[in-house]
Amino acid sequence: MKADIATISYRPKLLLALAAVLVLVVLALLPFYIGLYQVQLLTYGLIAAITALGFNLLLGYTGLLSFGHSAFFGIGAYSVAFLLRDAGIHSMELYILIGVPIAAIMSALFGYICVRHTRIFFGILTLALSQVLYSLALKLFWITGGTDGLRVPRPTLLAGTLTFTGGGAYQRFVQSYYYYVLAAFALCVVIMWVIVHSPFGKALQAIRDNETRARFLGLRIRRFRWISFLVSGTFTGLAGILWVPLNGLTTPEILYWPFSGDIVFTALLGGFRNFTGPIVGGLLFTYLKAYAVATTEYWQLLLGVVLVLLVLVLPTGIVGALSAMVNKLRPQEKTW
Amino acid sequence: MSILIIQILNSLFYASVLFLIAAGLSLIFGVMRIVNMAHGTLYAIGAFVTAWLVGRAVAAGIPVGWTFLLIPVGAGVVALIGAVIEPLLLRPLYGRAEEYQLLVTFGLLLILEDGIRFFWGGLPLTADPLIDAVPSIHIGDLIYPGYYLVVIGIGIVAAIGLWLVIYRTRFGVLLRATSQDRRMASALGLNVGLVYVSAFAIGCFMAGLGGAIIVPSQAAVLGMGIDALILAFVVVVIGGLGSLQGALVGALIVSFVRTAAIQVLPEAELAVLYLIAAAVLLVRPTGLFGSA
Repeated sequence: MKADIATISYRPKLLLALAAVLVLVVLALLPFYIGLYQVQLLTYGLIAAITALGFNLLLGYTGLLSFGHSAFFGIGAYSVAFLLRDAGIHSMELYILIGVPIAAIMSALFGYICVRHTRIFFGILTLALSQVLYSLALKLFWITGGTDGLRVPRPTLLAGTLTFTGGGAYQRFVQSYYYYVLAAFALCVVIMWVIVHSPFGKALQAIRDNETRARFLGLRIRRFRWISFLVSGTFTGLAGILWVPLNGLTTPEILYWPFSGDIVFTALLGGFRNFTGPIVGGLLFTYLKAYAVATTEYWQLLLGVVLVLLVLVLPTGIVGALSAMVNKLRPQEKTW
Repeated sequence: MSILIIQILNSLFYASVLFLIAAGLSLIFGVMRIVNMAHGTLYAIGAFVTAWLVGRAVAAGIPVGWTFLLIPVGAGVVALIGAVIEPLLLRPLYGRAEEYQLLVTFGLLLILEDGIRFFWGGLPLTADPLIDAVPSIHIGDLIYPGYYLVVIGIGIVAAIGLWLVIYRTRFGVLLRATSQDRRMASALGLNVGLVYVSAFAIGCFMAGLGGAIIVPSQAAVLGMGIDALILAFVVVVIGGLGSLQGALVGALIVSFVRTAAIQVLPEAELAVLYLIAAAVLLVRPTGLFGSA
């Protein structure tokens, strides 16, 4: 943690902000140079990044491995579908404004139960609870549409100023929606950055690294873990809300436990021990999966091999390995 | 009345298969502290191998009675796969955080699922000749397949056999010693690597046997392992991870509750099971029989 204190000095922070703005500008300009399919894929990638960002607050910063985050993604997605079907709401802003609190309440509820345990029991408990939702979505077909799922057509954006009907609507929607998701993504990154660098975030990391010592310092461990769980689930829920209009359909698949496995995979791919890891992982996983599915029938095998190799050879993930490399190259001068 | 008897027999049949899967999972966790997410897929491989072998044997004109011997062969193949996996993929990870162990077995699950698709394609595979070979029995005025009773028998024999191995043999002592304190066992000159590989292979054998005995009554299909894994989780969570008695009691509870739920409230069939598991975890995190 010594290195962390060093990086809180003024200059690297400014550099970091500059780098972030640069990445944001590149992301904003990209749609002018790439095809529609690529824009759509990139949107999926950003959504996966938000999912992983939320997930990683639990795994990377709190040290709790959830194998049930599909639940919150699914809660977000199904909230949108229900809001559309039962309340006739078509506005994306209303989906977010109503859906995020629903995701937050459900996360608080799940978290309240799950944070009583840690380690493997925490993982299994989150898994079991998420599968309750899955089996309900599957079996209560008169509410959820069963395996057919629920259709969600294109909503209106920005309080109804952008509507998508008539010719060329699909293209316009994909383009506009990309910027919509990009804005949400940027906001999420900033909020998460503030959270993990706040005293609250530092407390989470202290609990992760040494629970006993953190308790001696007077931290209320369970309360901290619960709030971390709540925030994590809410972020993932927002990702589900953003995902559903793009996909046009929500099915129980996104509540099934292998989807939770995908989320864990994403975080590991980028590296869960640093802030940017899950973001890179989310984008990379989306592309990896899209191209694996396109090139081979046995794409699961490909993903499985990548995962096993990651764990065996590159346990810190891609970002972790890169930053270790950079640190090695850079002369060790700033250990003041 | 005869309906009730049939439902009880069905529950016991189901419990036998579930016990085999869950006991393997529990054994592996008990000895190696690894939650094997690929366990359900190993069960599916047992089903596919057996169904494929039976199909070959029947086509080659071998009398059906002999094909019963293919059930342990199918389970043995899975045990061999396990004996390869443990030293290759799991051994490098024992010193590492448990997230990594979980993830490597999840990767293994993805690989093995596609392996099944590669070898046997996406079509279901059946082994009906076996179920027809055992005469049906009459319960009241209803007919019940005798094969189900054979499976219940295999389940009981497996439970007793496993108990004998773990609590009454030298190997069982080594297994329990390693499970309790790996370092101490190693310091006393015990070949821990050998114990681990045998424990993992036995666990895989149990899963494969579960698949092998269920396949004559229902076809082997893609994705059967993913469903089974979650049920096996529910069983070990209720009974306690790493406990043999727990796996037995858990399998019985899950089977009877599931059979009852299908009768009373079919929509909630699975949800009820997960809720029971969550409730047990809340009240007794280590399960009904777990200790650690």
